[in-house]
Amino acid sequence: MADAVHIPDEAETRARWGAFAWTAENAEQAKKVIARYPAGRQQSAVMPLLDLAQRQVGAETRTQGWLPVPVMEYIADQLEMPYMRVYEVATFYTMYNLAPVGRYHVQVCGTTPCMLRGSDDVFSACKNKGLVKGGTTPDGLFTLTEVECLGACANAPMVQINDDNFEDLTYDSMSAILDDLAAGKQPKIGPQIERQTSAPEGGPTTLREMVSENHDYRGQWNVGAEA
Amino acid sequence: MSDVIAPLSDKDRIFTNVYGFQDWGVDAAIKRGDWDNTKKLLEIGQDEIIERIKASGLRGRGGAGFPTGMKWSFMPKESRDGRPSFLVINADESEPGSCKDREIIRHDPHKLIEGALVAGFAMRARAAYIYIRGEFIYEAKVLFAAVEQAYEKGFLGKNACGSGYDFDVFVHRGAGAYICGEETAQIESLEGKKGQPRLKPPFPAGAGLYGCPTTVNNVESIAVAPTILRRGSAWFSSFGRENNKGTKLFQISGHVNKPCVVEESMGISFKELIDRHCGGIRGGWDNLLAVIPGGSSVPLVPAKEIMDAPMDFDGLRALGSGLGTAAVIVMDKSTDIVRAISRLSYFYKHESCGQCTPCREGTGWMWRVMERLRTGDADQSEIDMLFQVTKQVEGHTICALGDAAAWPIQGLIRHFRPEIERRINENKGNAPVMEAAE
Repeated sequence: MADAVHIPDEAETRARWGAFAWTAENAEQAKKVIARYPAGRQQSAVMPLLDLAQRQVGAETRTQGWLPVPVMEYIADQLEMPYMRVYEVATFYTMYNLAPVGRYHVQVCGTTPCMLRGSDDVFSACKNKGLVKGGTTPDGLFTLTEVECLGACANAPMVQINDDNFEDLTYDSMSAILDDLAAGKQPKIGPQIERQTSAPEGGPTTLREMVSENHDYRGQWNVGAEA
Repeated sequence: MSDVIAPLSDKDRIFTNVYGFQDWGVDAAIKRGDWDNTKKLLEIGQDEIIERIKASGLRGRGGAGFPTGMKWSFMPKESRDGRPSFLVINADESEPGSCKDREIIRHDPHKLIEGALVAGFAMRARAAYIYIRGEFIYEAKVLFAAVEQAYEKGFLGKNACGSGYDFDVFVHRGAGAYICGEETAQIESLEGKKGQPRLKPPFPAGAGLYGCPTTVNNVESIAVAPTILRRGSAWFSSFGRENNKGTKLFQISGHVNKPCVVEESMGISFKELIDRHCGGIRGGWDNLLAVIPGGSSVPLVPAKEIMDAPMDFDGLRALGSGLGTAAVIVMDKSTDIVRAISRLSYFYKHESCGQCTPCREGTGWMWRVMERLRTGDADQSEIDMLFQVTKQVEGHTICALGDAAAWPIQGLIRHFRPEIERRINENKGNAPVMEAAE
């Protein structure tokens, strides 16, 4: 718990977020989410609603968003569950920000598969641009976090910035991505080298027909099959 | 039984759009063969579907390798007390090295959704919840849209595919917790709680989601089911070795020339897998140091042992490791092997849910000692002490996370003890030890 964040619940947080309510669009979305679960099981919707709320806070503050205490209380009321149960969930899962973050949340994967492919260089690129692990840059643009495996290991090393993945990174390509974001430009999402998703670099070794057409392999199913 | 595994040909690959060259949408998927008269598949009948999946030899693709058909057969055939049954599909892919479910979901989602209907029907489930990890943001968008498409086509919902069976599929996003890949933690999380594993029994097939009978299956296990039924159990079981049948998505990361995800026959040899699809080991085969063949939870295997090993459940178990999710992490001789494993120890420390004391305290303790071994700032006796502690964590926790944290360290000590000892000796003699870059 030593590295747990300080959770702001001061007067100014309450003053700023005490009147939190869904936007009309999100209120509709919240209803849709709750309807996915059986009647009386609305507690199941707590995770999607926390995500929705974090995004709404993000839109209002031009950041990735976070979860002020009054916002969690609002969700607890809507789902008719004790505030503490919402708080438990919000503190258990890493994707809920319990304190404000910058506009871009730079989440560099540092787990072994990324480490083997050069995540140290990705961190160096961040450091060189003034990003500090666990902190937000003074201009409020970037928050840097080292995260655990994000499940894109065949495209390591990778970073997730807000909703986008950037893969097959080097020191240079990571620097260029940060420069683009700082300049208000949208960098190319996905692999940063010439490569189709998780196919081998230089082109697939299998299923080559699929490259140019939506091939249907069923015609070959019984060709050469044993009886 | 022959040990020579023929290379898989494209016509026998299940996930034909695995690289996303083509559209994931329902119309393109139908052209590739999905949703092709699914009603006829359901007419095979519930028990017969389960029999055919059993006969295909399909073993769970989420890591444990439990026979899928048998798992389905544990579900109640009728509800005596009115409780519905649920299928939960585990798309919380978080095992370091694993990145296959992501490809299925973002590029071939209709295979998964059709599989959900077929499997859910066979086990008499009322609905399926697909639990997708929170960080798969784009993948979840695709999945939500694909499910909506399936409803619009009448493939899901009331009278799904005209079969007379009502079946719903819901998508539930996680929010960043490795432990939610454990089936009972996943159920807790679906119920809107912290993802802390439950004590078993009761097993989920008796009392799972909302206290109802539940089966939790991996994405790949479910997504291959329709193709197995279409092409027959014998087709699927014609690949691989006895007890290790079928095709499998392998995910190769680390020090190969071209990391990739590729579907191959179970039991393909490690060397052939790497040479055929990954352009060989970086720096050549002599440069190979060790391989973690099944995701971070399985012990590493040194180069000379893995070279000709068959990549399947039994072949890798014989080497003291496991197939896991077939997430192959390759390390060449430039690797700081102690750091590589220590980083995994940090991962488990980070991901321990904190419920059981041996794991909550042990993972942090093991990581701290691993860091000392990495720099050599330790005593020789600490190697044995660490090994002993891993044995005290292993098997003493509710779920397998404690075991998963222990095994990589045990594998390291078993195979690379001289390297650890060298560091300690060098450190004692004040010889320089390479510091890892920050």
